Amino acid sequence: MQNHPVYTDNDPQNELSTLNLGPTHPATHGVFQNVLQLDGERIVSGVSTIGYIHRAFEKIAEHRPFYQITPLTDRLNYCSSPINNMGWHMTVEKLLGIEMPKRVDYLRVIVMELARISDHIVCNGVLGVDTGAFTGFLYMMEYREAIYEIYEEVCGSRLTTNIGRIGGFERNFNTIAFDKLRKFLKTFPKTLKEFESLFNRNRIFIDRTRDVAAVTAEDALSYSWSGPILRATGVDYDVRAMNPYSSYEDFEFEVPVGTNGDVYNRFLVRNEEMWQSLRIIEQALAKLEKEPTDIFHADVPDFYLPPKEEVYNNMEALIYHFKIVMGEVPTPTTEVYHSVEGANGELGFYLVNDGGRSPYRLHFRRPSFINYQMYAPMSRGMLLSDAIINMSSLNVIAGELDA
Amino acid sequence: MARPVRFNIHPIQADTKDNISLANMPEGYTGEGFFATNLNNVVGLARKNSLWPLPFATSCCGIEFMATMVSHYDLARFGAERLSFSPRQADLLMVMGTISKKMGPVLRQVYLQMAEPRWVMAVGACASSGGIFDTYSVLQGIDEVIPVDVYVPGCPPRPEAIIDGFMAIQKLVQTETLRRRSEPQYQKLLASYGIQ
Amino acid sequence: MGKFSNEELLNKLNAEFPEQLTVVGEPFGLLTLETGRENIIAVLSYLKNDAALQFIYLTDITAIHYPEEEKQIGVIYHLHSLVNNVRVRIKVFMADGDVHIPTATELWNGANWMERETYDLFGVIFDGHPDLRRILNVDDMTAFPMRKEFPLEDPNRVDKKDYFFGR
Repeated sequence: MQNHPVYTDNDPQNELSTLNLGPTHPATHGVFQNVLQLDGERIVSGVSTIGYIHRAFEKIAEHRPFYQITPLTDRLNYCSSPINNMGWHMTVEKLLGIEMPKRVDYLRVIVMELARISDHIVCNGVLGVDTGAFTGFLYMMEYREAIYEIYEEVCGSRLTTNIGRIGGFERNFNTIAFDKLRKFLKTFPKTLKEFESLFNRNRIFIDRTRDVAAVTAEDALSYSWSGPILRATGVDYDVRAMNPYSSYEDFEFEVPVGTNGDVYNRFLVRNEEMWQSLRIIEQALAKLEKEPTDIFHADVPDFYLPPKEEVYNNMEALIYHFKIVMGEVPTPTTEVYHSVEGANGELGFYLVNDGGRSPYRLHFRRPSFINYQMYAPMSRGMLLSDAIINMSSLNVIAGELDA
Repeated sequence: MARPVRFNIHPIQADTKDNISLANMPEGYTGEGFFATNLNNVVGLARKNSLWPLPFATSCCGIEFMATMVSHYDLARFGAERLSFSPRQADLLMVMGTISKKMGPVLRQVYLQMAEPRWVMAVGACASSGGIFDTYSVLQGIDEVIPVDVYVPGCPPRPEAIIDGFMAIQKLVQTETLRRRSEPQYQKLLASYGIQ
Repeated sequence: MGKFSNEELLNKLNAEFPEQLTVVGEPFGLLTLETGRENIIAVLSYLKNDAALQFIYLTDITAIHYPEEEKQIGVIYHLHSLVNNVRVRIKVFMADGDVHIPTATELWNGANWMERETYDLFGVIFDGHPDLRRILNVDDMTAFPMRKEFPLEDPNRVDKKDYFFGR
């Protein structure tokens, strides 16, 4: 291993101990390794090793048609899979020049904001668990189950959702989904308020997290941070506000911004983002009532599979079905970069197409990967317990780290 | 397109009055102040209801495991209350998620550090067979490096499926002999993996 | 939507670097330029440090492999100017066998891991990088997996019979 300081003095007082915060560790939420050199409890230096779950997504994507890449994107940030799915669909729709009807946009916004809430539930809950407070996590996870039930109504699956299709959704949201959504909106705010009351003014929690791992905005920007951790340092960069996609410009929401980028600020920013997401979902539900209720996909027969009844009865639909599945539809030979605001930051998709059924090159700009590179330099001089809290507040998801 | 739904927009009150099951007593001879039975039965019963899992959670299946552990599905009912992250104190190695070739030696090391009796559960398609990732960097099933007792398919498996796998492990634990490690079959299996 | 248009950006760049940039196109409104590896650091630092442009945010560094072209490997930079809300894409192509490019880590710390990933997957050597070694794959791997000639599936599998897969 390179980069370790070599101690030449034979005085045992000066010896540094090596701690392998190895790939399997209760505190690493995911598989990544940090070999730390400790002077007592203080970290002198650290070397990060990742790649323990490198699944070669980008290589697989070159061999799959566009609609088969959606399950791959699921497994990037698996705590908030719908955001990845929608981001990919929007990239392909941008490439193909498909205009989405407003209702589809609003439904997508609802699904994405639910995903953002579920990811922040996990991140903040686990941050609490790392400081020793298990109760908040346990109560919040119930609402993750409620969100899973909403996903199940829409797409059939809980975690790795594969929600939506290129051109919209696979089926319309039924009344049960809306009922569950309304129930969630009624019951979740109370629990979120309880969760905040457990942590926000808690003396122990504040002592653990205030002024720990403070980061200046210049450092954060030079390391290309994005997402809630960048906003906690004071930079209000949110892709939903800067480059709005999926009709986000029709919604009124605030982008919470912190002050000094420490762990406490990141925690508060994520909590406030959950409140803003609830606000967006309520607005979306109100807007949906004004839209016709039977549109759930764009009118693109070349890329959106026709319903099965028509395929078996109608020649035109049969031909479209055949062309889509066999990849006989020509696609533009150009390149596109589209980014969405993932739960961790700017999730970007760089797609270079060669006209066929699969991309020529697909690159995922993964926020966890880019955010995590600052971890080792940042943890220099920190106490070990602070470094653990820092790691969980960065919300590094291993699937997105290695891709 | 509503269809009749069987669950959860109007939850019913839980009925806990007569719903608690007790573990069945094994067969044996009772008398005044004594109970004689086969040691295997008693030890099997004790082991099965106090398995300490090591959650080796790498990816998405780990999140479903988290959902299994918390109050909704509650794996702690089955005795898995104490998750052990140290292999020395764990009974059951639950491998949840994709294991890449870089991670293979780490997994093997963790398995070797576990003390007998130990069982291995491969949760998810990736741990069972590589899953959807048929690539150069992913181990196509953890049974290339360690012997596996129960495979739970799914991507990710529902918490009910993980519990079902756990119950299958419990059945194995209950019906096995006391010292599995001394059986020739088991020794041969370990030898085929290069484990002494 | 940005505070200055792609044309103004292009004029400024052409004034600063005459004859050194070629415009590949503007797919979906994102100005895409191509330059050579001698100028790339000068171009990137001009874009970053100029008071009017302020492309202070490095979105991504990645690469692409065109085996049939003369210059096969291309390194692609995406930059973003947060105050002006403008993005730009810069490509540098190099012939295989001579895949060196100066590193961008002096300009942005964030380029460190992005370049390591590009090295790991494509074999692009970044001159001046403080710690250029593999990041995602195993350390003793010799090939560069994202190149087109590298197979997706592991060739050493014995249990996947071609007969069942229709090959």
